[in-house]
Amino acid sequence: MLIKLARQSLWNRRGTAIMTLFSLTISLVLLFGIDHLRKEARQSFTSTISGTDLIVGARSGQLNLLLYSVFRIGNATANVNWATYQRISKHPQISWTIPLALGDSHRGYRVLGTNKDYFVHYRYANQQTLRFSEGQPFEGVYETVLGAEVAKKLGYKLGDQITLAHGVGAVSFSEHKDKPFTVTGILAATGTPLDQTVHVSLEGIEAIHIDWQQGAPVPGRKLSAEQALKQDLTPKAITAFMVGLESRMATFVVQRQINEFKGEALSAILPGVALAELWQMLAMVENLLLLITLLVLVAGLVGMMTTLLASMKERQREMAVLRAVGAHPWYLFVLIQLEVLLLTIFALLAAAITLVATLWALQDTLASHYGLFITINPFSLQSLYWAAAVLMVSALLACIPAFTAYRRALNDGLAIRL
Amino acid sequence: MTGIKPVTDKPKIPAIELKNILFYYQRSGWQLSLPELTLLPGQHLFIKGASGSGKTTLLNLLAGILSPRQGEIKLNGAPFSSVSAAKRDNLRARYIGVVFQQLNLISYLSVLDNVLLSAHFADSNKQTSEQRARLLLQRLGLEPELLEQQAAALSVGQQQRVAIARALLTEPALLIADEPTSALDADNRDSFMQILLEQANACGTTVIFVSHDPGLRRYFDKQLDMQHLAKGVQPC
Repeated sequence: MLIKLARQSLWNRRGTAIMTLFSLTISLVLLFGIDHLRKEARQSFTSTISGTDLIVGARSGQLNLLLYSVFRIGNATANVNWATYQRISKHPQISWTIPLALGDSHRGYRVLGTNKDYFVHYRYANQQTLRFSEGQPFEGVYETVLGAEVAKKLGYKLGDQITLAHGVGAVSFSEHKDKPFTVTGILAATGTPLDQTVHVSLEGIEAIHIDWQQGAPVPGRKLSAEQALKQDLTPKAITAFMVGLESRMATFVVQRQINEFKGEALSAILPGVALAELWQMLAMVENLLLLITLLVLVAGLVGMMTTLLASMKERQREMAVLRAVGAHPWYLFVLIQLEVLLLTIFALLAAAITLVATLWALQDTLASHYGLFITINPFSLQSLYWAAAVLMVSALLACIPAFTAYRRALNDGLAIRL
Repeated sequence: MTGIKPVTDKPKIPAIELKNILFYYQRSGWQLSLPELTLLPGQHLFIKGASGSGKTTLLNLLAGILSPRQGEIKLNGAPFSSVSAAKRDNLRARYIGVVFQQLNLISYLSVLDNVLLSAHFADSNKQTSEQRARLLLQRLGLEPELLEQQAAALSVGQQQRVAIARALLTEPALLIADEPTSALDADNRDSFMQILLEQANACGTTVIFVSHDPGLRRYFDKQLDMQHLAKGVQPC
């Protein structure tokens, strides 16, 4: 009967109840959404690279280097000479290196020029190596390996031919149409920016630019794909390279040696340290966002209390009738609490549904535009704690109108002030 | 209409008994005193009083929502005013029915649920209560198809009759009616009075009826004038 009363009473005031529910739902969606996004972004960022001891590029800030080499965000300021790369990779403490050449794209997806070491040494998440869902690494100059997302989105299969474009925009005016690449492999999904990368060999990158100079085709000098193969395809420069050491103990020594390298101005960064710095920078924004969200939630809850408190006046009659038929003042207290609880639970459910639907709808956009790989399921043990906390706070706030009902019940008794 | 007089030598237990009642509000200094009032089962009392005469306070005392500063109220021969507030709420649910001036019903509940409210608080058996509620509503002249309707859809006269059904559902010892006819026209008023007392007599319930309308005095065998209560005048 108590639940029936609470339910029907709410239904009786459904206009205000629905508006309250609506504002509460919005604030809960914000809270859970931002909390989820924050965790997922961190997860997605930190799991992108693993097992790499140093990243080396032209001298720049460590964040810039990290962002363009690992996350494919932004561009390099300068390149690293091929000879320099060759020299450093022979360092006795260095066990392996992966060269990275960036700057081209395929329909908005970045092209990465590298060598076969990439498929052997690159690790992500918990020291996981790359796996092929189909095919194998590139062998020839005009062969390519696609990230899972690229293949899925653009519908490429093994054996398909693709052309690369100069620059990194989604729409490019100068394409390397004369030298198409054949898909030889498709990588399994990793949940990192790698899924959106088109991998080709360094020689392939060199070949498509062989008749180019200063970032533009040289007029009158046109080499066909076959002619290009006959040229010397040793790269002149790369964008950056990843380094794996024999022993991690040597990290700082090697880092210093690279930073002080005489032939060229280089920067060597520790990916873990750079990631930590990135997070520190984002943490403030992130916490501010969470704080704002919490305040929005509090505003929603206070709004609910205000409407309830306002409704107490028109509900005096209801309360007096309940008192007359023998309800304890506590019964009225519990009745109001129950209404608040019902509203909050409904809001939580509505928020959960809205959030899953929104994430489902936005997942692709977030992944392709921001490199954020968000899982659709936003619920963890922690969101249960959040939900419990929200329920507790609303129950606490509900004490205000509930106590008003209780006190009125004691004071007014059977008198009804109209 | 006359009250039922005890027919055996054994004295009947009074439905409600007030002795040396004194109640006052500390702030205003207003006070109400009532040296003695005893109502046997089936005896009905008319309380004449305009608003502001302390009528509501007296009703709150009788219903156990307020408790007197001095003196004692007994309900069915058992202590009432001296027990805890929660206990009084339980006793009210079981032994006292209340009918207000108007808007007696919770507008968003169905007619039947409104009547069953009193059974809910009295912890009565649900099925027998529902059977009894249907019977009472039928006797009070409410068509069965009205039972599932929202209370707000009924006319004032119908609502007041539903209120009687609710008040009498648990066969209470006492029915307190606070100007229940003031919202009704003359024709409705008389039929309401008849139906109220008829059903109360059928349940053996004592009615305490408050009104400022002297025309209703004739239905009752006992009368109390609020105006004299401050001086401690006994009921006639």
